[in-house]
Amino acid sequence: MATVLSVENLSFGYGPVEVLTHVTFAVEKGDYVILAGPNGAGKTTLIRLVLGIAGKYEGKVELFGQSLLGFAGWGRVGYLPQRVNVFNPLFPATVKEVVGLGLLSQKSFPRRITRSDQVRVRQTLELMGIPDLRDTPVGELSGGQQQRVFLARALVSHPELLILDEPSTALDPQARESFFESIRRLNREQDITTVLITHDTDLIGKYATKVLYLDRRVVFYGLPADLCSSPEMHRYSGVCPAERTN
Amino acid sequence: MHYAFIQKAYLAGSFVAILCAMLGLFLVLRKLSLIGDGLSHVSFGAVALSLFFGLYPFWAAIPVVLVASFFILKLTQKARIYGDAAIGIVSSLGIAGGVILASLSRGFNVDLFSYLFGNILAISTQEVYLSIGLSLVVFVCVMLFYNDLFSVTFDEEYARITGIKAERINLVLVLLTAITVVLATKVVGIMLVSALLILPAATSLQIARGFRGAMLISTISAVSSVLVGTTTSVLLNLPAGATIVMCGLLFFAIALTVRYLRR
Repeated sequence: MATVLSVENLSFGYGPVEVLTHVTFAVEKGDYVILAGPNGAGKTTLIRLVLGIAGKYEGKVELFGQSLLGFAGWGRVGYLPQRVNVFNPLFPATVKEVVGLGLLSQKSFPRRITRSDQVRVRQTLELMGIPDLRDTPVGELSGGQQQRVFLARALVSHPELLILDEPSTALDPQARESFFESIRRLNREQDITTVLITHDTDLIGKYATKVLYLDRRVVFYGLPADLCSSPEMHRYSGVCPAERTN
Repeated sequence: MHYAFIQKAYLAGSFVAILCAMLGLFLVLRKLSLIGDGLSHVSFGAVALSLFFGLYPFWAAIPVVLVASFFILKLTQKARIYGDAAIGIVSSLGIAGGVILASLSRGFNVDLFSYLFGNILAISTQEVYLSIGLSLVVFVCVMLFYNDLFSVTFDEEYARITGIKAERINLVLVLLTAITVVLATKVVGIMLVSALLILPAATSLQIARGFRGAMLISTISAVSSVLVGTTTSVLLNLPAGATIVMCGLLFFAIALTVRYLRR
């Protein structure tokens, strides 16, 4: 099985404050990894380091067998950021303009959106079930629709690795269920390796092939079935209630 | 309107208006509207400096304002201050320097005063060619960097992930703005440059449905302001720069009304 993401002995801090300590794990092609942990565990920081936007770190990070330093294959990586960081609702961009931004990672200067790119945008919107919204300003959409637009932006380049950071905030339960079903289908049917940060530990049993539980260090990394029997997880009763750890 | 001086004003003013409209949209959406004000104040100092040494102001202003725009970026990055404070610092240096130089040359003279409020109707043929030439350079740069600018403006962090060098694009935006500000001081004057950058963009944001649409409406609004404003100023014997800005305000008010009527 090919390794899509490899993190080895990664440590990172803001000045004297250690945020991540000696983190090591590897994600294989086709994995659906749930990245969970308490608040302040370093989940988003880990993802930002993997994406190359968090500054200097110690250790080694490789994407598709290539070192992160100098990695240029960003078209192979799709990213859905936390919604709170996403955008200004007054920004006058249509759905097709926003989704088209996901194709820029495959282009060099001067970056142009071609006719074939527009076809890909249309196809991706159809995949997301929102083809009729292509000319609608993103600021006029509901929270669930906006999440689909930004997921479309992450998918339009046909990535091999999809990273999602807390994608279900601001979604109602029905929209959340539908959203996670879409992600599951992408993982299983299109073999897109998925790493999903969430506080919602119910998702672990439902979708994940692996769980990475982080609390500034790797507390657990392995199969969902082994999570609660791990002695390290005894301290995290919210994830594994006492009766499940016995 | 067939007089040569009016046609020159239309021509140079329209080219500069297009630049202000395009760059102004990026600046307004990135909450950098004040940078036009700051750089225009620096151009005041640059004009005073060139008049002090007997140089042609246009040539001196462009490099000085380019350097100032670079300083604003570096101050924001290195000095742990926000962009508006960096703009204020550099802007203050420009105004204070200009006032000192004006006093050393025995007070404000008419030439310096005309730069404060613009003098598009007195634009020379050489200045028209210069304005058009520089405008074309800036326009081509905006077209080449269009998607990078759009991506960084919409979501800078995501742009970095896609491999776009956001710091470089920010520098491009600020440098192109610097050149545009110098060109625009001839049209509306140092005091009103920021209006020409902000008003067309603000007008387009009231009614546009899409970024390309906003760019188009901003451009139409800016060029219309220059053409209508210049014509009105000639007919009514009003200051051209101020009349152009008033037209811009009128178009903004119309767009705002259209937006409310649509609801």
